[in-house]
Amino acid sequence: MPNIIYREKDVPNIHQFDVYTQNGGYDGLKKALGMTPVEVINEVKASNLRGRGGAGFPTGTKWSFIPQSEPVKYVVVNADESETGTFKDRQILENNPHQLIEGALICAYAIQAKAVYIYLRGEFWDLAHTLDQHIEDAVKGNLCGDNINGSGFSCMVYTHLGAGAYICGEESALLESLEGKLGQPRVRPPFPAQKGGGLYGEPTVVNNVETLTNVPWIVVNGATAYKAINGNEQSPGTKIFCLSGHVNKPGNYELPMGVTFRELIYEHGGGITNGKKIKAILPSGGSGPILNATDEVLDCKLTYEDVVKVGSILGSASVIVMDEDTDITWVAAKITKFFKHESCGKCTQCREGTYWLDKVLDRIMKGEGKPTDIDLIMNIAKNMQGVTLCALGDFAANPIIWTIKNFPDDFKAHIVTKAPEVAAKPAAKPAPAPRGKAAAPAQGGD
Amino acid sequence: MIAEKYADRISKTFAKYPDKRSAVMPLLYMVQQEYGWVTPEGLVEVAELTDLDPTQVKSIAGFYTMYSEKPKGKYWLQVCTDLACALRGADEFHKQLKTHLQVEEGGTTDDGLFTVEHVMCLAACDKAPMLQCNFHFHENLDMEKMKVLLEQWRNEVNAAVGKPVES
Repeated sequence: MPNIIYREKDVPNIHQFDVYTQNGGYDGLKKALGMTPVEVINEVKASNLRGRGGAGFPTGTKWSFIPQSEPVKYVVVNADESETGTFKDRQILENNPHQLIEGALICAYAIQAKAVYIYLRGEFWDLAHTLDQHIEDAVKGNLCGDNINGSGFSCMVYTHLGAGAYICGEESALLESLEGKLGQPRVRPPFPAQKGGGLYGEPTVVNNVETLTNVPWIVVNGATAYKAINGNEQSPGTKIFCLSGHVNKPGNYELPMGVTFRELIYEHGGGITNGKKIKAILPSGGSGPILNATDEVLDCKLTYEDVVKVGSILGSASVIVMDEDTDITWVAAKITKFFKHESCGKCTQCREGTYWLDKVLDRIMKGEGKPTDIDLIMNIAKNMQGVTLCALGDFAANPIIWTIKNFPDDFKAHIVTKAPEVAAKPAAKPAPAPRGKAAAPAQGGD
Repeated sequence: MIAEKYADRISKTFAKYPDKRSAVMPLLYMVQQEYGWVTPEGLVEVAELTDLDPTQVKSIAGFYTMYSEKPKGKYWLQVCTDLACALRGADEFHKQLKTHLQVEEGGTTDDGLFTVEHVMCLAACDKAPMLQCNFHFHENLDMEKMKVLLEQWRNEVNAAVGKPVES
């Protein structure tokens, strides 16, 4: 199957403007410019393309929410890739940047946007500067900027660098940040697509990098062909799976949606390192429920619907794999530290909840946990769910609730034995991967 | 003053946005590039350029981790120790690096060259252990490779000040 997103695997140097255009690049944009905006939206809608940032919201539907009557509209590309275990968009930006630019411009035409802003996480410093060059090449080729390809439609693409804040991947926080404010989520409604809710108060589509990179293919080949890629009506197309953790071949894999965990981990990822057995999977980075890697789970198809059936979410498909020696309590503590650091501080439940979860987990990891601590953790976590302005509160509560539910023995081992020697010694340390570092030094906010 | 030295970059930055305020983050990067960190004077410069209060600019500099509000070493080494990297030995690598350079978390070596700290996910989980040095990524590291890099950076500094290059 040809790669739709990672085309550099089939066409070397496709990141170069000339190579891209010689290989069908910008044909989607040219075709779209000959259609009406509504026709473009309808084609994307018909393809059932779903947002690849994690939420899986239907892309065409999102575009159709934009009120056409408003004179000023924007497209914002979410390239703030920051979820633990996610590194797919970076590869697109590095190797197939014009397809993203093209997809973003098709979206801009469909909603008649004035400008496109690509919001990159600050750590993509080098990438952003290279991307500026690619945009310039597209402008020189008259495929971006004024009067694109003689169509009368004008739209410029700009990059904007964040500066190290996970929360800016949340769309309303991203918009705040782009406006030069603290990256903190907004109260909704109004939603970004509505007047008053988007960038500078104007209706705005915020789409993930991978989502928009699918769009040129859909416009060129049609919605029917897109759905035929994997024959799945609800989760069509390919997906990039970011595979990391205890696997022999970590990396990004573009595969048809519907591949199983087993195929991904053992066929593509080369199995578990050091010939160990698999213990657990985080299918969606740090923010989704952790799964016990049972046969049922391993045979689960990676689609939005199927992963929910086994108790987690597909999210951004950042599959973190853990082997049999991994101490899941340590995993919970790691993830909790992440969310404690990344909580923006706006909502009390998330700010205080992550702080206290971290404190209690630190105590447990030091071998000083109390028998009541598990109940205490569950109580804190449950009080964070569904009560915050954005999903970070839930994201922070999820892993801890599910690590306790799915791996109770790992927690009991720390609390019941209260053995400092257990705490001091990781369960096993086959090089190069120490894990279960119970006595990890406290990691404060940086 | 960044206003004069970066005049061209600043005008290009303002031209990107309909609202001056959006330029605050790019301008803070320019301040950091110029002074090595976000100095109090730099905050005031950004505030004047964007018509904001210095307090507002300071809150932004404080919120985002890539702005440094205190001087750092010439090489700012940020090691990702998040879950996916930690599963591949990043915690141990981070510890060894600190021991090797004889610094505490967030500390700077006595010669002022290296600051070491851990950071959250840098989107390079398949290439751990890894770090970011002055915003450039270095991946698939171990201490052997790291020592080569450190030596390289020391040599760069020595070359810049005209010292003979030590092996």
